[in-house]
Amino acid sequence: MKNLHVNLLATLLILVSASICYYKVTELKLPLLPVQESELWTIEAKVTYKRTAGPSKVSMMLPKQVPGFVVLDENFVSGRYGLTLENDDLNRVAQWAIRRSQNDQTLYYRMQLIPGETPEFKDKNVVYPGEQEYPEIMRTALTALLEQVRNKSADTKSFTHELLQRLNAADSDENVKLLRKDAATSEAWVSRIISILQGARIPSRQVNLLILSDGARHSRLVPWLQVYSGERWVTFNPKTGESGFPSNAVLWKYGDKPLLDVSGGKSANVDFSIYKQSRGMTAVTQQRAGIINGPLMEFSLFNLPVQTQNVYRILIMMPVGVLLIVLLRNIVGLKTFGTFMPILIAMAFRETELAWGLALFCLLLALGLMIRFYLEYLRLLLVPRLAAVLIIVIILMTFVSLLSHKLGIDRGLSVALFPMVIIAMTIERMSLVWEEHGAGESLQQCAGSLFVASISYLLMTNEYLEHLMFVFPELLFMLLAFTLWLGRYTGYRISELWRFRSVIVKGN
Amino acid sequence: MLWKNLLNPSKRLRELGLLGMNQRNGDYILKYNQRKFYPLVDDKLRTKKLAQQAGIAVPALYAVIEAEYQVAQLTEILAPYSEFVIKPAHGSGGEGILIIKGRSKEGCRKLNGALLTKSEVDHHISNILSGMYSLGGQPDVALIEYRVDFDPVFEQVSYQGVPDIRTIVFQGIPVMSMLRLPTRMSDGKANLHQGAIGVGIDMASGRTTGGVWHHDLIDAHPDSGHTINHLEIPGWDNILLLSAGCRELVSLGYIGVDIVLDSKLGPLMLEINARPGLSIQLANKQGLLPRLEAVEKIKSIPSSPEERVKLAKSIYRQTQNSQAL
Repeated sequence: MKNLHVNLLATLLILVSASICYYKVTELKLPLLPVQESELWTIEAKVTYKRTAGPSKVSMMLPKQVPGFVVLDENFVSGRYGLTLENDDLNRVAQWAIRRSQNDQTLYYRMQLIPGETPEFKDKNVVYPGEQEYPEIMRTALTALLEQVRNKSADTKSFTHELLQRLNAADSDENVKLLRKDAATSEAWVSRIISILQGARIPSRQVNLLILSDGARHSRLVPWLQVYSGERWVTFNPKTGESGFPSNAVLWKYGDKPLLDVSGGKSANVDFSIYKQSRGMTAVTQQRAGIINGPLMEFSLFNLPVQTQNVYRILIMMPVGVLLIVLLRNIVGLKTFGTFMPILIAMAFRETELAWGLALFCLLLALGLMIRFYLEYLRLLLVPRLAAVLIIVIILMTFVSLLSHKLGIDRGLSVALFPMVIIAMTIERMSLVWEEHGAGESLQQCAGSLFVASISYLLMTNEYLEHLMFVFPELLFMLLAFTLWLGRYTGYRISELWRFRSVIVKGN
Repeated sequence: MLWKNLLNPSKRLRELGLLGMNQRNGDYILKYNQRKFYPLVDDKLRTKKLAQQAGIAVPALYAVIEAEYQVAQLTEILAPYSEFVIKPAHGSGGEGILIIKGRSKEGCRKLNGALLTKSEVDHHISNILSGMYSLGGQPDVALIEYRVDFDPVFEQVSYQGVPDIRTIVFQGIPVMSMLRLPTRMSDGKANLHQGAIGVGIDMASGRTTGGVWHHDLIDAHPDSGHTINHLEIPGWDNILLLSAGCRELVSLGYIGVDIVLDSKLGPLMLEINARPGLSIQLANKQGLLPRLEAVEKIKSIPSSPEERVKLAKSIYRQTQNSQAL
C-alpha cells in the first residue's frame, strides 16, 4: 500500500481528535450546539454599617454549596479590608477586618449561578433531640396536638405535613392558638415549629432561602424548615406545609445563626440584589469547565484572556477556510489569484460583511486597476509601481470612507479595516494577468477568487462551526488528517474531467 | 458505451491512462524530481551553461543583463545583432519573452511586425530585472540570445514564431513528444495555454499524427489551413538523442525538454521544464500513464542515450496497442 504512512497518520489523528471530542461531550457535558442558552443568576449582597471607634470586624454567612445550582464565579469587593474565609460543616463565613475605617462602610459580595446539579453534602450523623422541657400549659396543648397528628400520619414526612397544616390552619382550635402565641416573625415561627418537632423527637433545622426573582433589589432571606426523615432532609414551607423548595430558591445558610455579625460597627444591614441574564452556553461552558476541573480543560482555549480568545476565535477558523481552498484547488481545480489570497479576502469580509465586502472590494479593485493601467503608461519599475499602487489604494479607501460618511452610510467606514496590501497585490496581479492572458482570463480568475472568498467567508463565520472549533479545538487534528489525505489524492480534478471531455464523450 | 463514460468520467480517463495534475505532482514530480536540482532548470542561464559544458547544442548567448545600469548600455550591447531574443532567466510558461526579428532607426521590430521604441525595450528589460516574470517575484536577469532561424519545413504550419518539439523524458527515456506550433493567437509563442497548437508525434518514425488547439482536436493549422498530419520531422533520432541526454544534465527524473530546429545548426535545446504540462496527452491522443509505468518496470535504465532512445521506441510500440484516446 503506497500511502500507508499517510493513512496511518491521518487515522491516528482522527482517532485522537474524535476520542477527545467524545470525552468532552459525554463526560464534561460540553454542548455541541451554540444555540443552547442558560440562565445565569447574579446575586449581589451589599453589606452596610456605620463604624464605631476602633477596629471593625464583619462576618457574613455565605453558602458553601447551593443545591440545584452551580456556582460559576464569586468575588468580594472590599477595598482595604482584609478578608478571610472559614468553612464549617454547612456554611462558609466571610470575615472582613479593618483596623481603622471611616464613616459609612460598604462591602460587596457577588456570586454567579447557573442551574445544574452539584454533588450533595454528606451530613454528619444527625442528632436526635432528647426530652424537651415545656411550660406546663404548653405541654398539654402540645401533647394533644402531637397525638392528633400522629394518628393521622404514617411517617415523618406526612407527620410534619399534617402538623404544619394544623398549625397554619385559619380555623384552629385552642391548643394551636396557644402554640402560635408570641411567634410573630418568620424566624420565630420556624424556631417555634422546630421546638414543637423536638417534642416529637424529630430532628429539624432552619434553613434560609433567597428567592431568585429577576431585578429584585432589596431581597431578604426567608426562613424555611428542614426535617430529617430518617434517610434524608426534607424541606417544608413553614407557612403552608408544602414540601420541597420553591422554584428558583437559593439555600443561603443553614441554621439560625444571624447572617451578619459586626463588631466595631452599628446599623449593620445586608441587601441582596438579584438579576438574571441569558448567556450562550459557550460562555457558561468555560466557567463550568473550570469548576469541573477536567484535566483536559486545563488546555481549553477558555483559559486564555478574553482578548486572546477573540483572536483565536478568528485564527482557529482559518484552517476551515484553508481546507476549503485545498478542496477547491486540488479536487475541483478552481483557479484563483495566489494560493491563500481568497482566505485573506474572506478575513477582510469579516469586518464588512459579505455584500458590502464584495461591493467595496470590486469598487476598489476597479478604481485601482484603472490607475494601475495609467501607471503602466509611465513605465515605472516593479517595486516602486507596487508601492504606488498601495498608496493609491489607501487614498481610495480614505476617499470611500469619507464619502460614505458624508452620505451617512456607516458601512463605508469599515472599509478602513480592509487589508490594503492584499488589495494592492490583487490589483497588480490582476493587471499582469490582464496583459498577459487578456481581460477574460483576468476577470475569470478574479471571479474565482471572489467566489472562493465568499464561500470561505460563509464557512469561517458560521456560528455553529465557530462554536465547534472553539470548544473542541482538537478538531484541528481532524482537519489536518483530511488535509494529509487530500495531499495524497492523485486522482483527477473535476476541471480535468472537463479539460479531457473530448476523450470522455468519444466512447470506444 | 457513451452514457457509461459520462456516468463515471474518471474511470474512463483511468482506463485511457491519462495522467492528471494531482498524480503528476504527487507520483512523478515529487518522487523523481529532487527539489535541490530545480534551480538548474529554473535558471535558464545555468541550464544553458551546463548544456554547453556537456556539448549539447543550445542557441548562442549574446549577453546577460544583470543590473539596471546595463540597460543604459543596451544600444552598444545589441549593436552587432539585428535579430535576437530577450528572455527572463527565471521565466515560466513563455512569459516575458520578446523576439526581435529586425531593427531600424526607430527601434526594434517584433515578430508580428510591430515596432518597439528603444525605451519600450528598455522598460521590458527593467521589468525582467525587477522580477515581474519570475516565480515569486525574485529579482531576475535578462538573457539576450540567438534567434533561431527555424527550419523551413514548418513554415506552412507556424504563424510567425518558432515551433518547437516538447518531449517528456522520464528517467532518461523519452516517453512522449509533441510539436508545438505558434498561432496568430499565441503571438508567435509555442505555449499551448497561450494559444499554440500541440501536434502529436509518432515516437518511432517522427511523423506528426494530428493536433489539439485549446481543447479541440484539429487536423489543419487554423491560420494557414495547411494540414498538420503526417509531417516528417527532420533528424528525428537526433532530437530524441538530444532530449534523452538532458536527463544527466539536470539530474531530474521527470522533465519536459524543448528543442527547436534551426535551418543551419540543426536541433538546439531551448529549455528544460521540471513541471511539464499535461496537454501533450491530448495532442497525442494517448495517455502518459502506460508509458510511464512501462519505464518504471524497467529494472536498470541503460546509461547510454542511444540505448535509451531504442528503449523509448520499443515502449512506444508496446503501448501503441493499448487504447487510443
